[in-house]
Amino acid sequence: MGLRDLTAAGQIAAVLAGETSSEELLDAHLAAIAADDVDAFLAVDAEGARARAREIDAMPERPPLAGVPIGIKDALSVRDVVTTAGSRMLEGFRPLYTATCVARLEAAGAVVVGKTNMDEFAMGSSTENSAFKNTLNPWDHGRVPGGSSGGSAAAVAERQVPWTLGSDTGGSIRQPAALCGIVGMKPTYGAVSRSGLIAFASSLDQVGPFARTVEDAALLLRHMVGRDPMDSTSLDWPGEIAAPTATDLSGMRVGVVDELMGDGIEPGVRAAVDAALGTIEELGGTVVPVSLPSALSGLATYYVLAPAECSANLARFDGVRYGPVAPAANLLDQYETTRGDLFGPEVKRRMMLGTFALASGYYDQYYGRAQRVRTLMVREFAQAFEKVDLLASPTSPTVAFPLGDRTADPYAMYMADVCTIPVSLAGLPAISIPCGLADGLPVGLQLAGPAFSENALLGAAHALEGALAFDTRPPGLVT
Amino acid sequence: MSAYEPVIGVEIHVQLSTRTKMFCGCELSFGDPPNTHTCPVCLAHPGVLPVVNEEAVRRALLIGLALGCEIAPRSIFHRKNYFYPDLPKAYQISQFDIPICGRGEFRALREDGSELLVGITRAHLEEDAAKLTHAGGRRAGAAESVVDFNRGGTPLVEIVTEPDLRSPSDVALFLRQLRQTLLFLGVSDCSMEEGSMRADANVSIRPVGSHEYGTKTELKNMNSFRFLERGIEAEIARQEEIVGAGGRVSQETVHYEPDTGHITSLRSKEESHDYRYFPEPDLVPIAPDPAWVEELRAGLPELPLPLRRRMVGEMGLSAEDAEVLTEGPELVVYFLEAAALADPKACANWIRGELRAQLREAGVEPWQSKVTPAHVAALVGLLDAGTVTVPAAKEVMAEVIVSGEDPADVVESKGLGAMDEGDLAAVVAEIVAANPDQAQQLRDGKNKVIGFFVGQTMKRTGGRADPQSVQRLVREAVRGD
Repeated sequence: MGLRDLTAAGQIAAVLAGETSSEELLDAHLAAIAADDVDAFLAVDAEGARARAREIDAMPERPPLAGVPIGIKDALSVRDVVTTAGSRMLEGFRPLYTATCVARLEAAGAVVVGKTNMDEFAMGSSTENSAFKNTLNPWDHGRVPGGSSGGSAAAVAERQVPWTLGSDTGGSIRQPAALCGIVGMKPTYGAVSRSGLIAFASSLDQVGPFARTVEDAALLLRHMVGRDPMDSTSLDWPGEIAAPTATDLSGMRVGVVDELMGDGIEPGVRAAVDAALGTIEELGGTVVPVSLPSALSGLATYYVLAPAECSANLARFDGVRYGPVAPAANLLDQYETTRGDLFGPEVKRRMMLGTFALASGYYDQYYGRAQRVRTLMVREFAQAFEKVDLLASPTSPTVAFPLGDRTADPYAMYMADVCTIPVSLAGLPAISIPCGLADGLPVGLQLAGPAFSENALLGAAHALEGALAFDTRPPGLVT
Repeated sequence: MSAYEPVIGVEIHVQLSTRTKMFCGCELSFGDPPNTHTCPVCLAHPGVLPVVNEEAVRRALLIGLALGCEIAPRSIFHRKNYFYPDLPKAYQISQFDIPICGRGEFRALREDGSELLVGITRAHLEEDAAKLTHAGGRRAGAAESVVDFNRGGTPLVEIVTEPDLRSPSDVALFLRQLRQTLLFLGVSDCSMEEGSMRADANVSIRPVGSHEYGTKTELKNMNSFRFLERGIEAEIARQEEIVGAGGRVSQETVHYEPDTGHITSLRSKEESHDYRYFPEPDLVPIAPDPAWVEELRAGLPELPLPLRRRMVGEMGLSAEDAEVLTEGPELVVYFLEAAALADPKACANWIRGELRAQLREAGVEPWQSKVTPAHVAALVGLLDAGTVTVPAAKEVMAEVIVSGEDPADVVESKGLGAMDEGDLAAVVAEIVAANPDQAQQLRDGKNKVIGFFVGQTMKRTGGRADPQSVQRLVREAVRGD
């Protein structure tokens, strides 16, 4: 077993046992990135990573994350490292500061090796909206890795790094985790600071971990959560994210959301999820059906609110203060040409949608109404959690789809997030773990819980992970 | 008498003089080199988030409390979207339907003693835009425009009044007294010239006796009360002319040219802006602890209007004294400290008169000088006790201005104490004896001659004689002859 086959926790243990060093770990992973055939990374900071790894190796007492390498979604600012959010609008842009969550991980001893590919400004479910390149699914190079955090998911599945950070607005961590056969978690809204996360939809965006094991995801999350004075919407996480140890689910009541098990779910996905529900019962859990009627309006609600917020969030990109700028005769021309040339079609589509949804005369009909549905959804989830401890559903209605399959049909692409969006709108934590294969492609199971139930979620996911014994190694991957 | 009545409401933007900006840690500055007080947050770099300046909230609350506004238990920020080079995020963080301060009212005092009551619609918190400078003056047709982000993100409170004002002079009066109140609160520099206080007026006219509102125009951003007053006058005249000729006033933004006295339409096209307001998702609601609000309310300084009433009613000051002394918070504090220790009217006279006159040359205000309020009170006390004469007191003050010494010590060391009555009587007797002709004239009823004796006595005594006593002693001496 090579160094890359160790989990992050395993790598930390190996460093602490003196069996390897941070720099040796870095070399092993940099070599994998160099030989990359899934195009997971947009930028690699080998020099900076090496300097940091040596620094950590020289420390008499290793920090908790012991210099284990990490990949960061390109939506997160890392000082002096090119950060583009997958857009030509920020080509070559080097931020002046580091996102709080990244800075916290660095302080805990993580070594940032580079920035991973993503859908432009996190808008998409396949990473095909990246302005720079497609990332391939490690399980089938003809298929998408999911998105928007596709690069982060593929990098972990391909064992180029043991863990990465992604951001999730409507499913952008959970869905690619499902499609790439790994673990991905979206924490409670406010649990992780958004400072330094290039905003897509501020009221939904949340940073979270990708890893091959639930234990690793928990470990990474432990060092990220907590109030940040730079983010007014961040909160003190009550207590500490614990190392998950549960091996059974006795006494656990798991609700299966009727509305998310309907017609749109592929048979192979349904079969794998049903099998996982059986495993939950075998582990001592009780599975009960629950109804979240407004979940069916989730997609429509999301595609009003998120575009509305993004229409304002992305208005700052005008080429004046940073980023490339198109030559123009006057200011208006400069705005129009820069924005017209450098934003991709999906980003423009959503900004147009959002601008329309906020227009006077339409506001109440769209934005106002969507907010009311969102409030209703929060209430329905709260009611559901009076009856059950966790909710289970497929993470994605389908397995990874072929590259190019949905690029011409935005609505089909939006459907990829139908199961993950309601949880996002309610601001709740959710985790996706691989629960089996359908036609040789991974299927993800989504578990969602009440606000700040991360420890319960991670515990349940850990118990289930042990029983399901899913092999995260994609076929043909040589480590 | 015009057949029309003007109806005017004003919107006032007040830059808060906090140490840092509204949503980031950059220090506020005026006059520093351009773009030296900026950071990723106020330049709207990718990924940054706003964080509310608590001191700005405190000051907004003080303003609201002083204006008698309802304080919202929970108010929220909105994004106001528009593209302009002075707005790096392309939206301004402002407040929309739930401002921090709701309805209130402001009372101003006219010169004739009547009261002007102005309803306050709201006061809300927002951030200022950056400063644009257009080469070649006005922005239309400017060859080049440059932007200074130092000002961008400065905390602003926007105060909106009801359309309660009926004359340009009332508008100016209201704004002057509002400004004074804001100065008393210590929340802003309120400098019209430097733009830390800016006022727009919404002006319409209607037939006298009508209760409906006419179409209003917005008179933008005048940089002095005088220009604003004149601009409103000109705008009223323009509207009266239009309506008088059977025309209709169109809703637009207008600009007053102080040089020509003309009103020009500024940007009726941009008026159709749709700002697409929506709740700012990066910020949580402002929900001030009620105990904190009560603490602020209890700690409000005495405001100009009630203070002026107290000065006249309880302290025996003239209306003019009261107005002059409440010009600014520093002078008022100075006066009140002195008035607590000695006769308020005498303190007022000395501060307004001799002290300011003597300090004027050095360009120093009383509170900046070495003369403390206690010094003023001490001097008034010395006068009261007859320890010094008025001319000597002026000399003492001049000395205190230089040395900062205690007035009593100055009197002692400079020998400026008033002369003993017996000694003074002897001097007067001598002078009367030496000038028999003048003494006879006085006996004959030529009262003017007394001035001659007083002058002679003052000269001889070096100002240490009390002129009143001298007059009395001269008469006694002449009669006794």
